[in-house]
This record gives sequence, structure tokens and C-alpha cells, in this order.
Amino acid sequence: MIIKGRVHKFSDDINTDDIIAAKYLVSTDAGELGAHCMETIKPVFSKEVKPGDIIVAGNNFGCGSSREHAPLAIKGCGVAAVIAKSFAAIFFRNAINIGLPFLESDDADKIRHGDIVEIDLDTGLINNLTQGKQYHTQAFPSFLQQIVECGGLINYIKKHKKDRSK
Amino acid sequence: MGYTIAEKILMRHSGRKSINPGEFIQADVDVALANDITAPLAISEFKKSGFAKVFNKNKIVLVPDHFAPAKDLKSANQCKVLADFAKEQGIKNYFEVGCMGIEHALLPEKGIVLPGDLVIGADSHTCTYGALGAYATGMGSTDLARAYIDGKCWLKVPASVKFIFKGKLKKWVSGKDLILYTIGKIGVDGALYRAMEFCGPVIRRLDMDGRFSMCNMAIEAGARAGLIEPDEKTRKYVSAFKRRPKFYCSDKDARYEKVYEWDVSRLEPQVACPHLPSNVKPVSGLKGVRIDQAVIGSCTNGRISDLRIAAALLKGKKVAKGVKLIVFPATQKIYLQAVKEGLAEIFVKAGGIFSTPTCGPCLGGHMGILADGETAIATTNRNFLGRMGSPKSFVYLSNPAVAAASALTGRITHPEKIKK
Repeated sequence: MIIKGRVHKFSDDINTDDIIAAKYLVSTDAGELGAHCMETIKPVFSKEVKPGDIIVAGNNFGCGSSREHAPLAIKGCGVAAVIAKSFAAIFFRNAINIGLPFLESDDADKIRHGDIVEIDLDTGLINNLTQGKQYHTQAFPSFLQQIVECGGLINYIKKHKKDRSK
Repeated sequence: MGYTIAEKILMRHSGRKSINPGEFIQADVDVALANDITAPLAISEFKKSGFAKVFNKNKIVLVPDHFAPAKDLKSANQCKVLADFAKEQGIKNYFEVGCMGIEHALLPEKGIVLPGDLVIGADSHTCTYGALGAYATGMGSTDLARAYIDGKCWLKVPASVKFIFKGKLKKWVSGKDLILYTIGKIGVDGALYRAMEFCGPVIRRLDMDGRFSMCNMAIEAGARAGLIEPDEKTRKYVSAFKRRPKFYCSDKDARYEKVYEWDVSRLEPQVACPHLPSNVKPVSGLKGVRIDQAVIGSCTNGRISDLRIAAALLKGKKVAKGVKLIVFPATQKIYLQAVKEGLAEIFVKAGGIFSTPTCGPCLGGHMGILADGETAIATTNRNFLGRMGSPKSFVYLSNPAVAAASALTGRITHPEKIKK
């Protein structure tokens, strides 16, 4: 799967309160949540972001709460993928479970705000079209790839249950 | 080759004879917990999956505590989703307002979580139960929906990191200070994807409430779990419960990715400054920081010993002019105990409020939201930008004694400065 989009840059330790403030957790609708994505730290973000854009951040992206509303808000505002130097553990699994594509890359800080990048989820290759640079990242372990390929955890479990009952 | 307590619990719940950090396992869960923010999403995912009945109604726990008692219509509707699902599925561990408490204080109190359990919760502070010697970890709503289907979860086995605390704690220094100190030392991603294990003579002397406070904030260092080996104190705490606990301890030759050893004899109360739990300073280094609000409670510090410490300082005194003191006990049992002991009266006479259990103030939900430019000292667990309300507000995290002392002076204050 290839994703191409414009980069929105964020710093280290972007937490789940930054991504979606608690006051909006009275909804589980991705669109509604997306309208307030990153509101606390960058109020213009949800208005500037275009479908297919990519978030690039530093270390520990998504730290804090377990709210799945965070990756849902990111998906809901149209972001197609997230690249970060590292992800907080609960955000990591929530993103896998809901099928929000993401990559972990040490080269994330070389990518600039506004760059156009193309990412290949199967190989883990990030192509920075603006800078003419390529960054190699680790593709996911096969177990996690299977979940993503099934379109999320619930579909994976349904398929697994069906296979076993055959 | 030996195993850590975390590895032993994961091994037992995945039916494996060996286990290695980094491996993916499918494990059976003993308790699957969700609250009024995370359960509605889990329930709708479960319903969409086409399965009619949950795998085991006795292993599912639903606690409306975040926006409960319902703060508005939308949250009332969210809370009702839990009540309806509990009724439909016959889930008895659903706690309505009146029996409800803050989940991470409520479950140990009720004996729902025991040593040796594997607990998943759609709440990041699920790691609190590690204080009992359980492997407890926060997950998302979809993980819960999956557990509703087949009682399992996927886990990547974390490497363990050991923290040895030596020496003797000074007066006014608590489990909360130990964990703030630890996060200050290693950073908010200092234990990313690791299991933290707290041990040493200081931990052995710490009471259960102090241990819960410590393990509660393991997530603030990025950890999957924070564990303490069970001992006599743990055994006593769980002795009255019907279900049998399993006590696991780490082997002498267990593998640790890293071992920290600190003498904490000279440690003073710690304060995490805005806007990260790792931005930690000793309280004496914060002279003159003015506060508008002091918040005492939460899943970190809303237990009876926390309230006793705060009340001892506040007794017969008045909070500083213009300071809002909000005390919220974590459960109904703690609430009643505080009333019986006269603590509630002390808080009210001091000019504070004594609230029903709720997570409200901690996450900027309700019951004490900060306005633009306001500053709070709170015994809660997060001080992210805007966490308790306005993005232009400031949150300092401390133990209950520092919060109570600060309420009295209107500035962040070392409790030793308060005269009897």
C-alpha cells in the first residue's frame, strides 16, 4: 500500500490530550472527533489538513491516555498515515487495531513541515519527494501486518475463528 | 534461566513453557475493564462483530466514572450504554452511581483484581493493579471488544526494568514522590514498552495505598506495567476475598534490561511542573508559585490514607483566600470512611469541597475545570497542556500533603512549613 501526502510536523511527546481533548470524548464519531484534532496545541490544524496528508512527529507520539478516540480523530480529520521516531505503546496498538497506517523512523526529524512524502507500508520505505531523499524503516512483524491486512483486530479475530471452525 | 514476575504471569496466561521479551503472545485475560468513555466504543465494536454473547460475563467490569455522575446529556447517554449492555449480558460487575468509584481504586477494594491476574483495561492507569503483583495494562476499546468475543488479548512481551529503592523515607515523602522522582530521572518515555518492577526495602515498608500510587503512574514513563512483588502486606490486603490469588515473585536470575538503584533517604516531596510528569523538582525548589486550586483525590491519591494525611494538615485551619480546594475520595467506601473519621468535616470547615467519587477534575471533565491563566496543584497523574481545562492553565502534580499545605498558604508549600 502506497500513501502520498503533505507533511504536518509535530514535536516529541505529543500526548492524547493534545490529539483530542477530554471534553470531546462524549462522541465516538471519527468525523466529529477529527474536527477537534490537535486543537489544544495547533487550533488551525483541523482546518488546514487535507485528506491524504501525513503527520510526522518525534519521540513517544500518542503518550498518555488509552483513548482510541485519538487515532480515530487523526483518521477522522483525513490524515492518511503517521510517521514518528517512536510511538507510545497504547497508541501503537490502538492504531494497529483500528487500521491507521503508521511507521516508526529514526529519520523522522529530517522530514520538514510541508514536504511531500510517499510511504510504502509493505516495504517500510519513505520517499521524501520534496528533498529527493529516501529513508528505510522496519516493516511491521508479520502478526501485526496480518491484523492490518484484515482491516483491524475484530476482522482478524472473525477470520481466525472461521478458519478454526472449518 | 529465570523469569521476572511480569514474564511469569504472561507465561501462565498464554500457556507457554518459555517466554522472551519482544515475542507476541495471545493471552487469556482474568479481568476486562472499561469505563464510560472507552466502553461505548468497545460495545459498538463488539456489536458490529456479529457475536451475540460475551465470552464470560463474570470477567467483564464496567465502571462509569469519568464523566459520572453524568455531567451533561451526551455523557448521560454514554453512561447508559454501559448500564444497558450490563443488563443485556448479565454482567454483575457494573457499578452504577451510588456503588461506583474510580475504577482503579474500586477493583482492588472489591477483590475483583487479585495477585497473579492478567488484567486489561481500556484506561491507561490500569497499570495500578501491578501493586498487587498482577500484570495489568492499559489498552484501547477495540482490544476490549476482542476480549468480549474470545477472552483473549495480543501482547508483545515487555522487557523488564528493575528499580531498587534503598534507605528510609523522610516524613512527608510517599509512594507518589518515589514515582515522580523516577519519572523525573528517566523521562516520559524512559520505560517505553517496558515492565517496571519496584523493589527494595523502601517498597517493602510502603503501605498498599502508597504502592497503588506508584504503580498507577508507571504509564507516565511509557511503561506497559508497573509491578511490585507480593509480600505479607499484599497477602493481608487480599485475605478477605473469595477468589484465590496466585503469588508470583521474580527469580534471582531473572533478566532485566536495566537496573536502577537509588538511596532515597534524602528525598524531599517532589513536584512535577507544567506540562509534563517528568518535569520534576523538589518542593523546596518552587518558592512562590501561586495557586488558584488544590485538587486532592483521583486513582493516584484518592485513598483513605491520602485523605488522612491531607486532613491532618488542614484540621482547624482555613484555605488561603481565593483558593479552591477540591477533595474527591476515590470510592464510596473511602467516602464513608472519611465521613466516619471526621475527615469530610475537616475539609468542609477548612473551606474546601468534598465531592462524590469521579474522575472529573483530573481529566478536565467536570467538577473543577481550570480557567485561562489559573494554576492548580493536584494529586492526580497528568499535567499535560490543557489537561484540567484551559490550554492557558498550569498543573503541578504532588502528593496529598504538599497539595493540602499549598491550599493553606496559596503557594506551593512544603508541608513541614505548616505549624500545628
